[in-house]
Amino acid sequence: MTTRVRLALVAAGIVAGGALIAYYIASFLVVTPRSVAASGTGKQAQLTLQTVAAFGHPPHVDWVTYLAREPNGKWVHSTVLHVPAYATVKVTVYQFDTATGLRNPFWGQPRGTVGGTINVNGKATNVLNPDDASHTFAIPDLGVSVPLKGIADNAKNQCGVAPCALSMAHTTTTFVFKSGKPGKYRWQCFVPCAFQFPLGFGGPMQSLGWMDGYLMVG
Amino acid sequence: MTEIAGNEIVPQRVPHHWWKIVGTWLVLVAISEPLIVLVLGPHLPPGRMSAEAGAQTDANVVLTALLVPIMLLVWVVFVYSFVVWRSRDAAVVDGPPIKGHAGTQLLWIVITGAIVIALAAWGSYTLVASSHGAGGGQGPNPADQPKGASHALAIQVIGQQWEWTFRYPSYGGFESRDLAIPDHTLVAFHVTSLDVTHSFWAYGLGVKADAVAGVDNVAYVNARKTGFFQIRCAELCGLWHGHMAKKGRVLSFAGFQAWAKAAKTKNAAIQKYLSPYNPWYFPAPLRRAG
Amino acid sequence: MSATPIAVRRPLWRRLIGFNMLTGLALGCGGWFLGGWIGGWMAVHHNYLQSATSCNGCGGTDQNDVGIYMGYLFAVIGWLVGLGFLNYPIARLRGRPPSMKHHETTSWTRYFKLCTDHKVVGIQYLFGVGIFFFIGGLNAMLMRTELLRPVEQPWPAGQYLTLVSLHGTMMIMMTSAFILGPFGNYFVPIMIGARRMAFPRIESLTFWLVPAAGLILMSAIAFGGLPFGWTGYAPLADQARAGADAYVMAFILISISLTLVGLNLMATILTMRAPGMTWRRLPIFVWGVLSTSVLQVLAAPVLLATMTMVLMDRATNTSFFLASAGGSQYLYENLFWFFGHPEVYILALPGFGIVLEILPVFARKPLWGYPLAVAGMVGVTLLSFMVWQHHLFVSGLNAGLRPFYMLTTELISIPTGFIFLNAMGTLWRARIRFTVPMLFALAFFFNFLIGGLSGVFVSDVPSDVTTHGSYFVMAHFHYTIMGGLVFAFFAAVYYWLPKMLGVTLNETLGKIHFWLMFVFFNLTFFPLFAAGFLDMPRRVSTYAPGLQTLNDFVSASAFVLGFSMLIFIANLVWSLVFVREPAAENPWASRGLEWQLPTPIPVDNFERIPVITNGPYEYGVAGAAPVAQLTPGALPAAGS
Repeated sequence: MTTRVRLALVAAGIVAGGALIAYYIASFLVVTPRSVAASGTGKQAQLTLQTVAAFGHPPHVDWVTYLAREPNGKWVHSTVLHVPAYATVKVTVYQFDTATGLRNPFWGQPRGTVGGTINVNGKATNVLNPDDASHTFAIPDLGVSVPLKGIADNAKNQCGVAPCALSMAHTTTTFVFKSGKPGKYRWQCFVPCAFQFPLGFGGPMQSLGWMDGYLMVG
Repeated sequence: MTEIAGNEIVPQRVPHHWWKIVGTWLVLVAISEPLIVLVLGPHLPPGRMSAEAGAQTDANVVLTALLVPIMLLVWVVFVYSFVVWRSRDAAVVDGPPIKGHAGTQLLWIVITGAIVIALAAWGSYTLVASSHGAGGGQGPNPADQPKGASHALAIQVIGQQWEWTFRYPSYGGFESRDLAIPDHTLVAFHVTSLDVTHSFWAYGLGVKADAVAGVDNVAYVNARKTGFFQIRCAELCGLWHGHMAKKGRVLSFAGFQAWAKAAKTKNAAIQKYLSPYNPWYFPAPLRRAG
Repeated sequence: MSATPIAVRRPLWRRLIGFNMLTGLALGCGGWFLGGWIGGWMAVHHNYLQSATSCNGCGGTDQNDVGIYMGYLFAVIGWLVGLGFLNYPIARLRGRPPSMKHHETTSWTRYFKLCTDHKVVGIQYLFGVGIFFFIGGLNAMLMRTELLRPVEQPWPAGQYLTLVSLHGTMMIMMTSAFILGPFGNYFVPIMIGARRMAFPRIESLTFWLVPAAGLILMSAIAFGGLPFGWTGYAPLADQARAGADAYVMAFILISISLTLVGLNLMATILTMRAPGMTWRRLPIFVWGVLSTSVLQVLAAPVLLATMTMVLMDRATNTSFFLASAGGSQYLYENLFWFFGHPEVYILALPGFGIVLEILPVFARKPLWGYPLAVAGMVGVTLLSFMVWQHHLFVSGLNAGLRPFYMLTTELISIPTGFIFLNAMGTLWRARIRFTVPMLFALAFFFNFLIGGLSGVFVSDVPSDVTTHGSYFVMAHFHYTIMGGLVFAFFAAVYYWLPKMLGVTLNETLGKIHFWLMFVFFNLTFFPLFAAGFLDMPRRVSTYAPGLQTLNDFVSASAFVLGFSMLIFIANLVWSLVFVREPAAENPWASRGLEWQLPTPIPVDNFERIPVITNGPYEYGVAGAAPVAQLTPGALPAAGS
């Protein structure tokens, strides 16, 4: 084997190795849901989210998930939300799933919202029966924690495939919180709603883009 | 110094190597020990916010002060060997066939054995007698209880994926996201988990206790100074393990009473829904319901 | 199996058909699909198996743990069948046992097959575990990239945890056999004067399980990653997605491999020593291998059992580790660490053996205090089974046990310390030659000293309350495992490659590799002691903003450390592929028995079993007998 051939083989090996590493990074490591900006202008922002009982599409047909609505009205399967800094953020969550109950009933009390209350189906309240909670929306570093009421088990017209239309059975929860200084904050659901994972906290409960996400402030 | 190659081991004036090594070592120790004890020591963690943290800091200072000279001695011997006994011949020449020296080996065994046993004894004394567990979690039947443990202020630390919450059984069992403790009071943290294993690490207080489901892990602390301390999770518990961080506070006793009253009011709405206070919980749903 | 010797050179494509790695891969893939189908069938028809998806009959593998396990199991079976491991048993069953060697080739293709030559297995191990070592190192570089900033950037949190887990698991799995695999297999039979190992086919099996385990572990990426670090604490492991099944399976295979390696080496060393090879003449490296083998045989099966329990918890709804259903998390922690602590001595002991083997050669003096060194290794082996609860000091175990485990953990530092006395004595009044292997061996002592002394901190319970679960512990074990074992590995590579591959490695590149690696290893890991003291827990992708400067410094140093590994690979490629300067038979003028043989070492090692006439460390002894008579005329008189 001449030196040229050896050189070519070694170069090919290096290229192949580099390609594998690049593939690893691009197809796995940096994969993150795309960012969804809040609608609204200036220091008033609105976020609209929905939670569904089953995504209904590959890659995980039966996983619960959040979806976010872009300013143009389209529902996107993402949990990376972008709000301006030092703004008042009004969040509306359409909740299409039945109640599972909270593992720790403590999270049944809304916290970190303006006034300490949330609006459930139009009625203001400062506590939710933990057994009625289907999911929560919590940004622990900002002190925000909001329980989301579930639909009745026997409700008609339940949604099984995301994105769900408002004509299907759902509850509506709205609340307001203040975003503070710029940063990247995690948010998550505190209900163990992961089907068939022990303790209910595997799968979608530990996956970005499903029941966990980032709140990018600023 | 002449060396006769052959099968005689001629002692020559070997002791001068020893004196040089020990002398260099003593100088380095004389420089380093004051630096360790006086300059580094006050900055070694976890500080003196509590008696237990103080015990740990003392342990860290003592260990550093003891182990650095050992390290320096080994370094000095090695570096001396590199400098003095480096081969300067182009050809490969053998050195003297010294295979061992019983006296040196015996001395080494005795000295290292003594240091080790002394450390173990002192560590046990600190752990059991003087610091009563040194802030570490001791399980449901703590073996190293401080005086007055039966009257300790119990605060339950609940680890869950991925937040800490705290219950105060002496104040009606209310639950709060925030931790505050009074100073100069023996506090017993009862650490448990609702799901996987976490570890409650109150850095400034010097407390670390694993949060294990179904287990009441008790750690004692007696805070000495008011202020804030950092709380982190020290056992990998899933996606947001690194984010299970918050600040706790040490308040004066009066301040703590006021704080507890305010916190109880703040969390009053959910009080009726909380499970009764218990050393551990197996909350439903155990596995995902429908 | 035909009895035709391979004399005619067949075309390459024809030679590719047969029992080799490619066939193993093909059958392995086939086995994966077959197993997945069987597992899916089992799951759908037995709803006690925790895996039926909401889509009846779809049998998707998202949570179909049974399908994944069966898939891996059949894949491994296919892999081994394709490599030819069933050939000998089947031939025996048919009454026509073939000899071990008659159809093995002598061409380069034998490195990709079942080969019963222990030297071939050694080289297979060298490259096999080496590749996974570098993959684990790549993951470490990617981890340090994330830690440049205190928020999760550029990888999100879940992927970072997978990086952490893959790095740790790959390193532990691979470095468990880092020295025993390549150098134990290659040199132990030669060093004891044997022509082969006790169980050559098992030896080859232990190697071929390693790429299977590594590939399975890497496939975890496709199944949702690993969120639980290399320790895999249940119930987090129960809760994890299907990637955890890859972890469990990989560990099961590695534990089988470790047990068999230990068994094989023990049997070889105990029963196949040449005449005259008394215990006092045994090279210290072989003593290190023997003590490690004892640990492997006793500890690795515990890992196998623990992983099987995790498998059952995940796939068949048992609750060994779920407290809410009657199990206990402590059961996992105790079982795992009962294996896990001897495991770290499995990592450390071969390093001791290597450096004490190399030091006399380049100090040109006998190993000082040989019986003490042996006593140290034996002491570590015995004590390592009695210390495991120091990993559980703050876990809530019975606190009355803590002083006992503190004592045993402190005690184990006594035999560990003996090697330092051996080293200092060997260097005393020596003629030290600073070759590349010697530099790595000396660096081992520097690093292991810091690692071992930091271990005294974590063995003291009050100090452990400060440092458990923090970066301090991480710095401690990286100093002992990487600063110890990995440096010893490179010392062994530079020392023995001239004999193994017959090629000289470039000395300048070797020195550059050494100095970059040594300096930047210390610059990377020493600040991590401070990071742990400053309240940074392990396995986090986010930290207090005040620690960013420290972390940036560590990451920058880590990148240079990684670069030094590239220098090593460049040296390998340069020397092996381009320059190919043949090595002298004994470039280091060593007295070791392996160096008295020609390069390349003949297939059967020795023409005739040698008679050992002296120890290997008799440097400076005038008129010392050679280490062995390679062509003995008669047996020596009794008593010599």
